[in-house]
Amino acid sequence: MNNNLQKAKLEPVWHTNKFIFALIFFLVTLFFFFPFINPSNFQLHLMIMIFMYAVMAQSWNVIAGFSGQISLGHVIFFGIGGYTSSFFYVEYGITPWIGIFIGILFSSLVAIAIGIPMLRLTGHYFAIATLLIGFSFQIIFQRWDLIGAASGLWIPLNWDNPWLTLQFHESKIPYYYIFLIFFLLSYFSIWIIYRSKIGFKLRAIRDDPQAASSLGIPVAKYKIIAFVISAIIMSPMGSLFAQYILVIEPERMFDIEISIIVLLIAVMGGVGNVWGPLIGTIILIPLSEYTRIFFGGTGGSVDLIIYGILIMLICIFRPSGLISFFPKKILERKKFL
Amino acid sequence: MTVVLEVENLSKSFGGIKANNNISFRASSGEIIGIIGPNGAGKSTLFDLITGYTKPDSGGVKFNGKSILNLRPDLISSLGIGRTFQKLKPFLDQTLLENVIIGALATGINLNQARDKALEMIDFVDLIDKRHYFAKELSTGQRKRLELARAMATEPKLLMMDEVTGGVDQKTVPGLVELIKKLNKLGVTILTIEHNMRVIMDISHKILALDQGKKIIFDKPKNVQLNEKVIDAYLGVVNATTS
Amino acid sequence: MTIEIIIQAIISGLLMGFIYALIAAGLSLIFGLMGIVNFAHGEHLMLSMFSSFWLWTLLGLDPIISIPITMLILAISGILTHYLLIRYILKAKMIVQICATFGLSVFLRSLAQFLWTPDFRNVGNPLLEGRLEIAGIFIGQPQFYASLVCLLSFLLLYLFVNKSETGLALQATAQDRKAAETLGINSNKMFALGWALGLSCVSIAGTMMSNFFFIFPDVGVHFALFAFVAVALGGFGSIIGCLIAGIIIGLVESLGGLLIDPSYKLLYVFLIYLIVVIYRPQGLFGR
Repeated sequence: MNNNLQKAKLEPVWHTNKFIFALIFFLVTLFFFFPFINPSNFQLHLMIMIFMYAVMAQSWNVIAGFSGQISLGHVIFFGIGGYTSSFFYVEYGITPWIGIFIGILFSSLVAIAIGIPMLRLTGHYFAIATLLIGFSFQIIFQRWDLIGAASGLWIPLNWDNPWLTLQFHESKIPYYYIFLIFFLLSYFSIWIIYRSKIGFKLRAIRDDPQAASSLGIPVAKYKIIAFVISAIIMSPMGSLFAQYILVIEPERMFDIEISIIVLLIAVMGGVGNVWGPLIGTIILIPLSEYTRIFFGGTGGSVDLIIYGILIMLICIFRPSGLISFFPKKILERKKFL
Repeated sequence: MTVVLEVENLSKSFGGIKANNNISFRASSGEIIGIIGPNGAGKSTLFDLITGYTKPDSGGVKFNGKSILNLRPDLISSLGIGRTFQKLKPFLDQTLLENVIIGALATGINLNQARDKALEMIDFVDLIDKRHYFAKELSTGQRKRLELARAMATEPKLLMMDEVTGGVDQKTVPGLVELIKKLNKLGVTILTIEHNMRVIMDISHKILALDQGKKIIFDKPKNVQLNEKVIDAYLGVVNATTS
Repeated sequence: MTIEIIIQAIISGLLMGFIYALIAAGLSLIFGLMGIVNFAHGEHLMLSMFSSFWLWTLLGLDPIISIPITMLILAISGILTHYLLIRYILKAKMIVQICATFGLSVFLRSLAQFLWTPDFRNVGNPLLEGRLEIAGIFIGQPQFYASLVCLLSFLLLYLFVNKSETGLALQATAQDRKAAETLGINSNKMFALGWALGLSCVSIAGTMMSNFFFIFPDVGVHFALFAFVAVALGGFGSIIGCLIAGIIIGLVESLGGLLIDPSYKLLYVFLIYLIVVIYRPQGLFGR
C-alpha cells in the first residue's frame, strides 16, 4: 500500500495544540480567580459585558460564519429570552432558572418559524428581511399589553432567596460567575459543533449550497439547525441580562443597536472562526464602556462613531477580521482550532 | 445487464426555447455513456434535470427502477447519484481534505471513518500530497480531481461528470481519462459530458448526441461517428475549426 | 368612515409613494451599477435633511431654494463614499460589502447624534405651508409639492439614464464592467457618478421632506427600510420598478393605517415584502 496514504491516515482530523490549550486553561483559571482581587464594580460590569457580548457575537457567527447568512435582526432572540424568563417570574413566580430554558424553547420555536419562510431568501434579501423582522418584533412588543407594552416589565425585587430568584443586590460577583459559566458553556459547545459533522456540513452550505446538496446535505434542514443553535445560545443572554438590570422594556431588549453591535464585533474579530467573536469583543466592549465613562451621558454615541470607523477600516484592510493578524502557522486548520 | 438510469421523454423550456425536447435513453450498470453536442445543445440542462436542480416540464426519470422525478437534489444524491459541475463548485475556503470529508460524510459514517475514506479518494485521484491545500490554491485540473474525489466519496452507483477534460491543460487530459476508466472498473456507471472527441470515442460504450435540445442518436461510438446528423451538427464544426 | 376619508388616504399614500420611489431609485441605481446595497441610505437621507435644516437656520435659506446646495453636498459625499470606501470593497465578499456600508450608517448616525444631539428639530415658517382643498379633499401643500418635485426628479433621472450619453455609459458599465472599459469608459468614474446621482436623488427627497418632517439622527431608518423593500419589490436594479413599488408601499402604508391600525404600518409593508420575495424573488420588474 501507498506510504503517503498510510502516513496521512495517522493524522487526526483536528490537531490539538498543547500551547493553546495551556493558554486557554490559564485564562479560564484567571477568570475564576478574578473576583478575589477585589475588582471595582465597574471592572466586574465590564467583564460581565464582555462575557455577554462574546456569546451574542458567537451566536451571530453561527449563522453568518457557519452557514453564510447575514442577520441584521439578531436581537430578537435576546429579547425573547429576556421577556420569557421575566414574564414567567413576574406572572407565575417561576424561577428565572427555569425561565431561561422556557426562553430557549420559545426562541428555538421562533427561529424555526422565521427560518422556514426565510429559507428561500439569500444574500441581500435575507439581510433586509432580518432587519425588518427586528423592527417588527420591537413594534409588536411595544403594543403587547400582556407583557407590559411600551412600559415593559418590572421584576419584583426579592432579598430572601438571591440564588433562587437570580437577583443579587449586594454584589455583582454572583452575576459575574453566572455569566462566566454561560460564556464557557456556549463557547465550548460551539467549539464542539464546529469540529463535528454538523460543522462540516454547515461550512459546506456556507461555501456553496448547490455543491453541498449534490453531496446529500439537506440544505434547508441545516440552515434551520444553524438558526436554532444560534437562538439557543443567544436566548439565555437575554434572560440573564433581564435579571441583571431587573427592568426590561422593548426599546432596550429589542434595541436594533444590539443587532448591529454583535455583527460589528464578529466581523471585526473574524467571521467563520470560533475565536473571532471573542477577539472582537475583547477589543470593542472595553472601548465602548470606557468611552461612555470618558464622555459621560452627552457623548453616548462616541463609541458607535469609533465602531463605525473601525468596521470600515477592517472591511477595507482586513476583510477576514483581526484574527488574520495571528501567525499563519497557528491559524492553519490542521494545527489548531 | 440491469438498467440503472432510465430517462423518458424529458422536456424543459426556458422562456420559449426548448432546452431539452423529448429526450429518452437508458444507462445500464457498468456502462460509460458519453454525451456530446455543440454549445447550447442542452447537455448541462439534462444533467440538472436528472439530479433535481431543475424541474422538468414533462417526462420521467427512473433510477434503479424508481422514479426520482421532482425529488430534491440531496435526496437524489443520497440514493446514489453523484455529480460534478461544469462551472466548478469546490468549497474554496476549505482544504482539499475537508472538501472530500464532506462528501464522505454523506454515507453516514463518523468523522474518523470519513477522514480515512476521504484520504483514499484523494489518493485515488493522486493528490495526496496536496491534502492540506485550500481549494482556492489548487489549479483547475486539480479542482476537477477534487470534485471527482468528493463525488466518489459519497459512494455513488451512478456518477455524472460535466466536462472533466474541459478547460484543463492538454497534458493532464490522459491522466483524467485514466481516472475515469479506473472509476468505471470499480463498477460505477458513468455519464460524462465531453467536448474532446478523441476522449469520448475512446472511453464511451455508448454515445448520446444532442443538438438544439433534441436527441440525434443514441448508439455505439462507431455508429455515432458515421451518423450524418452528428457530423453536420457537431463533428463538422469541430473539423472545420481544427483544420 | 366616509368615502372622502378613503380617497384622502389614497391620495396621501400616492404622494408619499412618489417620495419613496425617488429614495428607492437612488438605492437601485447604485445597486444596479455595482451590486452593492447602500445600507447607509437612510443616513444619507438624514444628512440631506440636516443640511437643509442648517441652511435654513444659519443662512435663512428655505428648503425649496436650498435644493441645489443640498444636492451638491450629498453628491460630494457620494463621490467621497465611493473613493474612500466603496472602491476598496468592490471585489470583496458580500458579507464584507454589507458590513462596510452598515458601518458607514452606524458612523453617520452616531456622528449626527454627537454633533447635533438626538433632539427633534423642524424648519419653522417654510414657504410651503397650509393645505390645498380640492372637492372636499385636503392635501398638505408641503406634501403635495414634495411629491411633485420627487416625481419630476424621478422622470428626469429616468430620461437621463436612458437617453443621455452619460446615462447609456452608466448602463453599459452596469451590464458589463470589462466590456465598457474596452470602449474607453472609466468604470471607477462611472461608479463615483452613480453614487453622486443616487445620493442627489436622496437629497431632493430629504430636502423636500424637511418641510414637513421632524429632523433627528434616526429619521432615515424607516425611510431606508421602505427603500430596501421598494427596491426588492421592484426588482434589484430596475428604476421603473421603484416607481411602482414606491406607490404600492405608500398606498399600503396609508390604507393599512386607515383600515386596520396605524401603529403596525411597518408590519404591513414587511408582509408585502415577504410575500413578494418568497413568491417572486426577482421582484415585480426584475430580470
